[in-house]
Formats: sequence, structure tokens, C-alpha cells
Amino acid sequence: MGFVYPQYEFRQSPDSAAAKPVRHPVVVIGAGPVGLAAAIDLAQRGQKVVLLDDDTSVSHGSRGLCYAKRTLEIFDRLGCAAPIVEKGVTWQVGKVFHGPRQIYAFDLLPEGGHRFPAFVNLQQYWLEKFLVDRALALANLDLRFASKVAALEPHADHVALAIETPAGAYRIEADWVVACDGARSPTRKMLGLDFKGRVFEDRFLIADVRMQAEFPTERWFWFDPPFHAGGSTLLHKQPDDLWRIDFQLGANADPTAEKDPARVIPRVAAMLGPQVPFELEWVSVYTFQCRRLERLRHGRVLFAGDAAHQVSPFGARGANSGVQDADNLVWKLCAVLEARAPETLLDSYDAERGAAADENIGHSTRATDFITPKNAAAKLFRDAVLELAPHHAFARGLVNSGRLSQATHYADSTLSTPDTDVFAGGPAPGAPALDAPLANGWLLDRLKSGFTLLAFGAAPHALPDLPIAVATIAEADDPDGFAHRRYDAAPGTVYLVRPDQYVCCRLRRFDADAIRAAFSRACGKEM
Amino acid sequence: MMAKLRSEPGFADADAFYAKLVEAHRDLDDAASAKLNAKLVLLLANHIGDPETIDEALAAAARPV
Repeated sequence: MGFVYPQYEFRQSPDSAAAKPVRHPVVVIGAGPVGLAAAIDLAQRGQKVVLLDDDTSVSHGSRGLCYAKRTLEIFDRLGCAAPIVEKGVTWQVGKVFHGPRQIYAFDLLPEGGHRFPAFVNLQQYWLEKFLVDRALALANLDLRFASKVAALEPHADHVALAIETPAGAYRIEADWVVACDGARSPTRKMLGLDFKGRVFEDRFLIADVRMQAEFPTERWFWFDPPFHAGGSTLLHKQPDDLWRIDFQLGANADPTAEKDPARVIPRVAAMLGPQVPFELEWVSVYTFQCRRLERLRHGRVLFAGDAAHQVSPFGARGANSGVQDADNLVWKLCAVLEARAPETLLDSYDAERGAAADENIGHSTRATDFITPKNAAAKLFRDAVLELAPHHAFARGLVNSGRLSQATHYADSTLSTPDTDVFAGGPAPGAPALDAPLANGWLLDRLKSGFTLLAFGAAPHALPDLPIAVATIAEADDPDGFAHRRYDAAPGTVYLVRPDQYVCCRLRRFDADAIRAAFSRACGKEM
Repeated sequence: MMAKLRSEPGFADADAFYAKLVEAHRDLDDAASAKLNAKLVLLLANHIGDPETIDEALAAAARPV
């Protein structure tokens, strides 16, 4: 069955009747996937959070589509992975075609022993609905629909916000604001911030098509297919018999004419063949930009997701990187709000997620340049690579139809303590902890909401008096050896894992002083 | 058939190499671009030197699709 758009109720906040603006510790602007993830995480970590959204429903049209393994692990921590995975379409194989021929296939998760798939495809409206369901179940999360931020004034110790609602306007104050209000971010505009980068001229057509088709649940990408000569086409399966087809139209396409069903239907029919009945659910013509804010932190306003950085859709790096922004930011903001860390810890959000934004923009730009060559020489190399690809593995490595989202490694993070012991593998400081199947459950479930010392073998003695939980993985817990292999672990190996499940330090032998120093560093106390 | 020519990935960072290659051609007209490619082939072929490898590369490049 198709999706029924929920209508969420506007309720007048008691704040609107207050004699003077009520001060809140943290206000999140925008209840898209990123704002919802941030607000849920804040609430789960014990903060009272206000989440403002100017609408009363979820995203219109399917928009965001692919959610990556790391993002699913974050959703799991936020208590909402199960419905997402259950409803979503799981995939890990991609195929690339050139003209009429398949030139190669790739498998994003070739090894077993993973709880979550490489990717789940799910319409953005379903994702948002599941996240709203979770948000509404949290008592300390105050989700205010039909509440538009009309003005925002930054001050030294707070931010003042003017909110417009169907029942009139009121003002509130926030110690901290997290702006997740999308690519056109009104918050960014109200603060007068530049959003710099590269604009791509090619236009693309998205058609979400409802049909019963025999295509496998794989990502299929065509360069110059017979049914769409000269362009590229991308096909993805979504739940509810819905398929996403993305046609490259070129720079000179007329966006209004191309959206006309009379134009869209023949394009789709040419691809599917005359025997396949289908109906259009949603059509959009878009161009895109790769750009970012120079800084993600502006005093007490922190930007996340598309409000902070924008990429092309090739690589599924939009929503995934946004949710990963929230994951990185929230534990830091909580530590600052609870006076467990200096405010400067928030600058590491800018450093780490700014580096992630650069990486995502780099991958996205290169994929786009490959898919839409900008000059004759680029087209020549592109076509040469495609012709060599069936016979030469190196050329397959050069084919770029989108490098699919993977968690960023914060290689140069000041929060990490560089290795002094020798590791031949495993997540280095600045890399996300890896999941693994254990005798009873999954490794990531052993990590607590704060810092966790992951100890292989037995729990170390003489732990420092610090808020660090201990999770022990004995060899008996790991009968298939996945965890020991993925962490290059031997009895005695310890990993110190941050609240966002990133490794900040690892040792071959537990050393209380070293762990104390690494913890302090990861809390931003030595920056 | 391919005895000496490496076909497996050899680039440390394939995407970075490709971006650099395309960037070198930016703002060149067709003739200048073709000249750049010709010089590049000559430089790399000389660096390889081995005639069997070069013969294999020539055959692979000329192979019809």
C-alpha cells in the first residue's frame, strides 16, 4: 500500500503565554531526518529539547532515499532502526552498464557477520514518520509543529527566537540552537552566512514510478543507455512497488517542459519497454550544488545536514552525512550543557564534520564530473574508461557513478590519541567502532551511551575514577572470531570508544594513566 | 594473453589520479588536448620501456568494444 501522509497536530505551547521569553537549554530547528535525529539523541541523553518545524506533516515526495550501514547503526542507537530496516528495501549489489552492456557489478558488503545491510532504500516520508513516532514517545522532547522561526538573534550567552504559529507569535530563548533547516536554511539566511561552492548546470529528472517489475533489488546505473542516448540513468527500488528513476537531461533542458507527464511517460516507457504498466507518483527536475558553510559553528548556533553542506545525490551522502553530523554533535553539546567539557569541545564538531563535508563534497564533485563530463577531453577519458572497464580491473576502479556513503574517519582529530602500539588492522583512533556478531548479540550493543572501554580478554583492574563504562569481550563471547579480527585484538587489547561510537584511543595493554589522558583529550580538555 | 601488462588497480587513489588527469585538460582546445595526451603516452611508454608490455597495452587499447 502507498503512504498516507500523517497530519500532526499544532498545539499551543505554554511558552506563548509566558510573561517573558522562556529559556530552553537547546532548540533544534527543522524536523527533517537530521533535526529529528539530533532531537531524539539529545532527549535520550537526558536533555530537555524543543524541536521546531514549520509544517504539520512529513517530507512531500520521496526525496532522500538510501540509508547507509553507519546511519542505520545510529538509528539503532536512537531506538528506531527496526521499523526502518523492516519497511526498507535492503541492497548491497550495484551494476553498471555502458550502452547496451553490463560492464561490471560490485558488492558493498561482501563479508558476512553484519547486523545491518550496506544500504536500505526508504522514501524520506517513511523515514521521517518513523523518527517522528520515536520523537513523540520521548517525554523530554517537545516537538512543535506549525512553528516557524521568523527571527533569530544571537547573543553572547543565548539565542533569542521569534516563533510564528497559527495561534500567533511568541518568543523563546535558547542556550544553544541546532539548525537543521535544510538546503535553503532560513537560519543561515537570518545570520547572513555565505554558502559557497560549485553550481552544476546539468539538469536531472527524478521520476518515482509505481509498477510491478522484475528488476532485482540492486542499484543499476547506465552510462549512455539505448533508451536514453547521450545521458545517464539510475534505477533504485523503494518499498511499496515504487522505483526511483533518475535521468540526466543535460544543461539545456527546460525544467517545466520536462516535468510534464506527457514528456516523462515516454522516457520511462522507453526504458521499461512497452509491456510494463506503471504510474508516476512523483516527478521533480533538479540541478544541484556542492557547497558548504565555511564554519559549522557560529557562536551558539550549530549547523547540521543540508543547512551546513550540500552535495549531489550520487553517493547517498546528503541525509547520511547529516545524520552523522547529529551523531557527532549531540554528545558534545550534552557534555558542554552539563559542564563536563569546555565550550571549545564544540569547535571539534566543526573540525570533524567540516572535514567530513569536504570529503563528501570531493567525492560528490568527482562523481558528478565523471557522470557529466565538462569538456571534450573529459568525455574522451570517460568513454575510454568505460570501454576498458569490462576487461581491466583498474578501469573499473576509475568508473565513478557515485562513491557510496561510508562513515568518515576523523584522521586528524585533536580528540584522538594517536597509536603508540602496533596494530595491523582494526579501527584506528578517529574511525568508527565496527560491529561484529558475538555469542549473545552484537558488539555495538555492548557500548554504553557515554564513553566505553572495550576490553578484549578480561576487564582490566584499577580503572581510573572516570565516567567510563567497561564492555568486556572474552574469546568465548566471540566464537567465530569476527570481533577479534575486526579489531586486530588479542587478550589485553583495549579500545576507548566515544559516545558517538568513534574510537579515540587504543592500547595493547591497559594503562590507567594513558586512558585518563585519552579521555581528557577526547573531552576537549587539551585543545 | 596479457602476460606482462598489469590490469589490476595500481593507483593509490584512483579518483584523485582521474581528477588530476581531467583537470590537466581543462581550458585546452581539442588540438592542445590531443597534444597533451600524445606527450603523456610517450612519456609513460618510455618510462615503461619494456616492448612486450607496450605491445600488450597497444593491443588492449585497440581492441574493439
